[in-house]
Amino acid sequence: MKTIEGISASYGYAIGPAFVYKRAELVIDSCIIEDPEAELTRLAGAVETARQQLDKVYEKALQESGKEHAEIFRAQTMMLDDPELMGKVKKLVEEEKQNVESALSETVENYAGIMEALDDEYLSARALDIRDVGSRVLRILLGVAESPTEGLLTPSIIIAKDLTPSDTILLDKTYVLGFCTSKGGATSHTAILARSLGLPAVVGAGKKVRKVKNGTSLIVDGDSGIVIVKPDEITLADYLLRQETFVKVKGVAAKVAHEPAITTDGYQVEVVANIGSADGIRSALDSGAEGVGLLRSEFLYLERNSLPSEEEQYKSYKTIADAFGKMPVILRSLDVGGDKDIPYIDLPLEDNPFLGVRAIRLCLSRPQLFKPQLRAALRAGYGNNLKLMFPMVATVDEVLKTRELLEECRVELRLEGKDIAEEMEIGIMIEIPAAAIMADQLADVVDFFSIGTNDLSQYTLAADRTNAAVAKIAAGFQPAVFRLIKQVIEAAHAKGKWVGLCGEMAGELLAIPILLGLGLDEFSMNPPAIPYAKLLIRSISMEKARQVAAQALNQTSSDAIRALIQEQVPEVNLG
Amino acid sequence: MVEKKVVVNHKVGLHARPASVFVQTAAKFSSDITVSCEDRNANAKSILTVLTLGAHKGAEITIAAAGEDAEAAVNALVELVENNFGEIE
Repeated sequence: MKTIEGISASYGYAIGPAFVYKRAELVIDSCIIEDPEAELTRLAGAVETARQQLDKVYEKALQESGKEHAEIFRAQTMMLDDPELMGKVKKLVEEEKQNVESALSETVENYAGIMEALDDEYLSARALDIRDVGSRVLRILLGVAESPTEGLLTPSIIIAKDLTPSDTILLDKTYVLGFCTSKGGATSHTAILARSLGLPAVVGAGKKVRKVKNGTSLIVDGDSGIVIVKPDEITLADYLLRQETFVKVKGVAAKVAHEPAITTDGYQVEVVANIGSADGIRSALDSGAEGVGLLRSEFLYLERNSLPSEEEQYKSYKTIADAFGKMPVILRSLDVGGDKDIPYIDLPLEDNPFLGVRAIRLCLSRPQLFKPQLRAALRAGYGNNLKLMFPMVATVDEVLKTRELLEECRVELRLEGKDIAEEMEIGIMIEIPAAAIMADQLADVVDFFSIGTNDLSQYTLAADRTNAAVAKIAAGFQPAVFRLIKQVIEAAHAKGKWVGLCGEMAGELLAIPILLGLGLDEFSMNPPAIPYAKLLIRSISMEKARQVAAQALNQTSSDAIRALIQEQVPEVNLG
Repeated sequence: MVEKKVVVNHKVGLHARPASVFVQTAAKFSSDITVSCEDRNANAKSILTVLTLGAHKGAEITIAAAGEDAEAAVNALVELVENNFGEIE
């Protein structure tokens, strides 16, 4: 079993054999011809056939995926008729006596190159269109079959480098379970097609995907953006169950996605999204998120060679915060440590980076790194509902120092005459046991808490979640962790502060009744989980949740807690 | 030879749908028609060259035609651009 990470482009789970989608390589021989006229007659015939094919493809696209997608093929027909393109091809045939295949391929490449060089997203997409239409005519000239999916006879997961518009429309959708591509992003043709068909897709998964052979057993997890090659029995059984639930309640969940999360006895909680960049805005809003409970800021810092400027950060944060209008967006300050390779920050080499200079500790020790982010956040929060949160806080002192620095930035920005958020809510992550234990004191110096259960579990259980031998201890529903959560929520509520949770636990159906019963105010999770979480919250009562939460705290193990919830709250199976 | 200047006011410039409509209109005339923007020239009947012209919103373009229906062609294209390619914004 092997897991390949990619980008989630369309939600859901696909389980099945791989079908490797490979375009027949078009071999273009270049040769000197004797009869240019006969050569041009061949071209005219091929162009006519291509035109007829494009007309049919247009109709098909119109029916299957709508006008916007179909228009691509109208634009391709115009390219087929382009007098400059065809004029150049004719010239090469008549004057240079080139065979029509090489003349066409040379001219098409030429134009595609010009378009790509203009560094414009729209024109780059048109470059793909010229090549697509050029290949269509070349295939006709060379007598190469149009469809690379002739062997696709059983429902399969399509593996490809990336798919062109022609590829996506040719696919016989009845045999497609999902997609996985090595290239492309969330706005690639494959991603758009997958979403319009409602099929799961993971894109940009890298070269490893290309090694997958036809027929290999695969799982495409469109929610997490991963592909599992040759899954073992336990994993397979787990995904079959998830898929069953997903399919069964997909429609029902989608219907309640934009409804508030209110229990049957009238208690309302907030359900918000975890996102990693502006790419997540759309999926969060589409899934029914009532804001963002965790906006990771690492995306701005990773995979580059210099610190992102204040201006760049300001623009990014503002775009995201503005997209949610009055809804809250919680920005988490830089959360990295010695386990990450960020060349321009020069992180110390530590024996134990998880217990070292990371997150808020790193930021406080380097104001030149921290201040641009704080300034950018204060500016970006003007006119929207941006909140700021700090990771890995262990002591009250750290919060006071951070607040001091923040106040310093505020004074500077006011002097510079910049618009800033005058009343921005400030919160901290509760992920170190010390912070959970001292929550009553911390509640005096912040506006809210957000519990990070992944780290809180690993620090509480002293089990490294990246070490496979002990990760299971930290991954479970430990009663010790639930007891800490209870303590944090009670301490915060006593001071009139609210508490959210942005770890994986917030989206786990089995954990939701317990968290609800403990009084959690805000649940922050990956967007695909939102409709299901809302469906569950809307189907149970606070009375029942409080009852099972109290029982859960008295269980002796993770397994016992799971069994208790399954037995007491059958609603977690979502009907 | 007939020649006229006009400013592109469409929000996407002479790109995407406006470019398609422009080329389709030009193709109805028999005259040779060129369209230029700053120092770049394009064949008004060629979508590929029109797209690479880089005529954004606010750009002034020159439409020139030579042939039997040159005047009608230039007038039709200028009108199209002035009427925002038949779109209401």
